[in-house]
Amino acid sequence: MNAIVTVVGKDRVGIIAAICNKLADYNVNILDISQTILQGSFTMVMAVDVSAATASFGDLGAALAELGGEMGLSIRIQREEIFNAMHTI
Amino acid sequence: MLNQQDILSTIEMIDQQHLDIRTITMGISLLSCCDPDPKRACDKIYEKITRYAEKLVRTGEEIEQEFGIPIVNKRISVTPMALVAGASDTEDYVPFALALDRAARTCGVNFIGGYSALVQKGMTIADERLIRSIPEALSRTELVCSSVNVGSTKAGINMDAVALMGRIIKDTAAATADRDGFGCAKLVVFCNAVEDNPFMAGAFHGVGEAEKVINVGVSGPGVVHHALQAVKGAPFDVVAETVKKTAFRVTRMGQLVAQEASRRLDTPFGIVDLSLAPTPAIGDSVARILEEMGLETCGTHGTTAALALLNDAVKKGGVMASSSVGGLSGAFIPVSEDEGMIAAARQGTLCLDKLEAMTCVCSVGLDMIAVPGDTPAETISAIIADEAAIGMVNCKTTAVRLLPAPGKTVGDTIEMGGLLGSAPVMPVHPESSAAFIARGGRIPAPMHSLKN
Repeated sequence: MNAIVTVVGKDRVGIIAAICNKLADYNVNILDISQTILQGSFTMVMAVDVSAATASFGDLGAALAELGGEMGLSIRIQREEIFNAMHTI
Repeated sequence: MLNQQDILSTIEMIDQQHLDIRTITMGISLLSCCDPDPKRACDKIYEKITRYAEKLVRTGEEIEQEFGIPIVNKRISVTPMALVAGASDTEDYVPFALALDRAARTCGVNFIGGYSALVQKGMTIADERLIRSIPEALSRTELVCSSVNVGSTKAGINMDAVALMGRIIKDTAAATADRDGFGCAKLVVFCNAVEDNPFMAGAFHGVGEAEKVINVGVSGPGVVHHALQAVKGAPFDVVAETVKKTAFRVTRMGQLVAQEASRRLDTPFGIVDLSLAPTPAIGDSVARILEEMGLETCGTHGTTAALALLNDAVKKGGVMASSSVGGLSGAFIPVSEDEGMIAAARQGTLCLDKLEAMTCVCSVGLDMIAVPGDTPAETISAIIADEAAIGMVNCKTTAVRLLPAPGKTVGDTIEMGGLLGSAPVMPVHPESSAAFIARGGRIPAPMHSLKN
């Protein structure tokens, strides 16, 4: 099952490293990363595969949100279907 | 991979423009609960609802978490209770409302709808018993919502029921006077009520429906408002196209959530209701959309035309996004639940007569409107008759949910709290309609119903 991780916040050293490590801890495979600075804020979108994740979707979301809290970023994970539904016919 | 801009725009809609699923409502048929013994019937009702809806709230929360989309309400609608209670040997129907309330609490839902009677052509003994029990039922329960259908395009308007409902609304306000007549916020009088409406207070599970069903109501006034800000000054064709595109996206999300909920709860998917349902939060208002189209204040000249465009474009955009559209499907204009409407009513620009005109072109009707506590029952009945006539003649659903707050008068505000918001008391015409209402009988169905 694929999901989308989005990260928005103030740019700083180590954001990608911290998030990738956290995802690796839960055995989540990263499929694609796209990152940019939008209007001064760091914006990253990752496509990930959570089929082999070692935690439930809810726990994974909570762990990422907690990491976001520590780093002053908004980090969320959502199933890919919602974006497909809204933006493709 | 998905376009990054699309992903971020979805997140912005959810975070900053109040995009949400307004409700997942499980409809449950209670016809199998009929029993001559009222106590046994109530036990069956409680048991069936709690069995069918046991996982409703939990499933809703799981979907919310996985898709990252807020699902504001989880609700239950049931068979109009007069049909079920009518089988029992009792004159007291309040225990049926208490059973619904208990079941709703056990399931953890926000509201349960269906303490209802359909009396558009005439009242059965059970219908009348149920209607007369509404004030006590709504004052002794928290989560039960009640509705009465008094007219339809096919049957005309049952003016005896209209007269009775004016008194019932006043009695309900009196029975909940300690909370500004809060009971009336849970009571709707309909013309052309629909059987698959997921929204409260008017939801019930019609007799033409399946054993159980999942209906979903979407929202998104904030998203539409935001989209229109990008087309300032553009012609109405552009406005309509923009609303359609936005409604399509919002509805696709609703369809996804509905299918997912239906699968996980092993319950057939019914409909997606394409309604723009506002909340009292800033940036989640239908009135502000109309003002964005170029009106200084909602309620001024042009408001009805703006609302007609909005309502139609929402349907056109939404209908392609869902496999099955139903319910009320249109823009709601509940005064107390819409920050812009509250402001326009306070300012005096938005009045009852203008709201009545607006209901000719949009969903539902005179909704969540506070009127003076000393408004005569006959005046309330006459307001219901006017609104029912609009529904009957135009083949659409109309409704009245008035709040005659005891002891309050024009200039006061009543506070309902939460999603129900606050309502400035609006003036009604002081001239009497009593002799009109005293006639009783039936207003015949209009000519265009005779198509067979």
